[in-house]
Amino acid sequence: MRSGKRASLTERLDSLYEFDREPVKEQSLQGIGNFIGMYAGEHVAGTEFVIGPLFVVHGVTAGDLFLGLIVGNLLAVLSWAFLCAPVALKTRLTLYWQLRKICGPYLTAIYSIVNALMFCFLAGAMIAVSATAVGLPFNMPMPGLTDIYPNSVSWVLIVFLVGFVVTGLAILGFEKFSHFSKICAPWMFLVFVAAGIAVLPQLGCHSPGDFWRVANEKIWTGIPLQGQTKFTFWHVMFFAWFCNMAMHIGMADMSILRYARKWYYGFASVFGMFFGHFAAWICSGILCAAAKGSVAPGPIAYLGAGVTGAVCVVIAGWTTANPTLYRAGLALQVATPDWKRWKVTLVAGTVTTIAACFPALVMRLLDFVALYGLILMPMGAVIFADFWLLPRLGLKSDFAAETGVSINWAAAVSWLVTLGLVMLFPLEIFFKGLPGWFIVVILYILLSFIQQKRTNSGSIPLEA
Amino acid sequence: MRTTARLISFAGLGLTLLPCLLLFRGIISWETHTQLMFAGMLCWFVFAPLWMKSGRS
Repeated sequence: MRSGKRASLTERLDSLYEFDREPVKEQSLQGIGNFIGMYAGEHVAGTEFVIGPLFVVHGVTAGDLFLGLIVGNLLAVLSWAFLCAPVALKTRLTLYWQLRKICGPYLTAIYSIVNALMFCFLAGAMIAVSATAVGLPFNMPMPGLTDIYPNSVSWVLIVFLVGFVVTGLAILGFEKFSHFSKICAPWMFLVFVAAGIAVLPQLGCHSPGDFWRVANEKIWTGIPLQGQTKFTFWHVMFFAWFCNMAMHIGMADMSILRYARKWYYGFASVFGMFFGHFAAWICSGILCAAAKGSVAPGPIAYLGAGVTGAVCVVIAGWTTANPTLYRAGLALQVATPDWKRWKVTLVAGTVTTIAACFPALVMRLLDFVALYGLILMPMGAVIFADFWLLPRLGLKSDFAAETGVSINWAAAVSWLVTLGLVMLFPLEIFFKGLPGWFIVVILYILLSFIQQKRTNSGSIPLEA
Repeated sequence: MRTTARLISFAGLGLTLLPCLLLFRGIISWETHTQLMFAGMLCWFVFAPLWMKSGRS
C-alpha cells in the first residue's frame, strides 16, 4: 500500500491531466495572449545565436538576408495559420491522437517514438546552449566544435542543473510554461535588439544612415568563409520557412493550437517569426561580426549586453526546451498509454538531459534540425490529405478508426517512399521538403483509393 | 498595487532598451549600459509576475 504522502504527490501530479487523450473542452480554451507569449518565447531561443552567425559564415548578402527572411518567415506564418490551425481547431486533438485515428495504433506508436526521440534531442540542444551561458561565470571549459563527449565534470553538473529545471517546468504543464514564456518574451526580444544595437559602433556604425553600408561591408558581406558554401536568397527563404517544418506543415503544433478559440490564432506565430527569428538572427549576425566570427552563444550575448545577455541565453534556451519537452511527453504517452503524462515527461526529460551532456548534439544542430523536419513532415501531409481531400474525393477519412486496422498501409508506404525519394534528390536538405510534401499527398490519395477499394470489396471488414 | 507593479516593470523594459541607444550615440559607457540593463532585468522579473496573469481564468 502506498504511503499517504506519496499518494498525495501522485494525486497532485495526476491532477495536471490536460485532456491529452480527448478533444479539449470549451472551458479549457486559451486566449490569444498565451499563444503570442508562447510563440514569441519559443522562437527567441538560445539557438538563434547559432543560426544568425551561420548566415554570416555562409556569405549571404544583406539584401538576400533581409528579403529571404521576410518571405520565408511569412510563408511559415501562413503555414501555421492555414495548414495547422484549422485542423487543430476542428479536431481539438493532439497530432498523435489524430494520427491514431488515421494510421492505427502500431504506425502511430512507431511515429510517436521517432517523434519523441527527435523532440528529446532538440530539447537537449537547447539545454546545452543554456548550459554554455550558465557556465560563463564559473570559467567552465566550453565544448569545442569537434567535441563529441562531455569535456568536464562541471559541464555535466551544469547540464543536469538546467535539465532538472526544464523538466520540472514541462511537468507542470502547458499553462505553467506558457505563463513563464509570456513573462519572458518581451524582455528577451528587447535584450536581443539591445545587444545588436550596442555593438554597432564597434563595426563603424554611428548613425542609422550608416547601417546599410556597414551591413554590406562588415556583416553580411556576400563572401563565405573558406570551406563554406555560398548562401543565396533561396537558402535563406527556405531555411526560414522550413526550420520549423515539423511544427507547422508537420502539424506538431496541433498539440498547442487545439487550445485556441479561433483558427486565426495561428497568426500568433508572426510574433515568433518576426519578433523572434527575424530580429534574433539579424542581431546575432551583427554580434558575430562584432565578435570577429565567434559563434559561442554565451560569450556573444555577453559582448552585447553583459550579464543580462548571458541570462537571456539561458532563459531563451529554457523557453524553447519546455514546450519541446512537453511535446515529447505527449508523443511518448501514446506509446505508453497506461502512464500519466508527468511520468512520461520525467522519463523524456531524463533522456534529454543525458543527451545534452554530449556536445555533438549542438555542434551538429543545423543538420539535425533539417533532418528532423523532413522526417516528420510527411505525416502532417497525410493528415492534411486525409482531413481535407479524401472526403472531397469520395473517400473515407480516419481509415484506421473506421476499419479497426492496426496499420494504415497507405500512410506508412507514403511516409517511407517519400523519405526515400527525397533523399535521392540532388538538392540541399532544406530544399527537399517542398517537393516531398506534394509527393506524400499524391501518394496517400492514390494508395488510399486502392486500399479503400479493397475494403469496400470485402478484403478488409469495416467495423460495425 | 497592480498599477505600481505594472509601471515599475515597464520601466524595467525601458532600462533594457534605452541604454543601448545612449551607448550607440556615445552618451554612456559599455559598463553603464550593462549595469542599467541588469537593473532593468531585475525590475521586469520582480514586478511583471505581479500583474501578468496566467491565461486560464
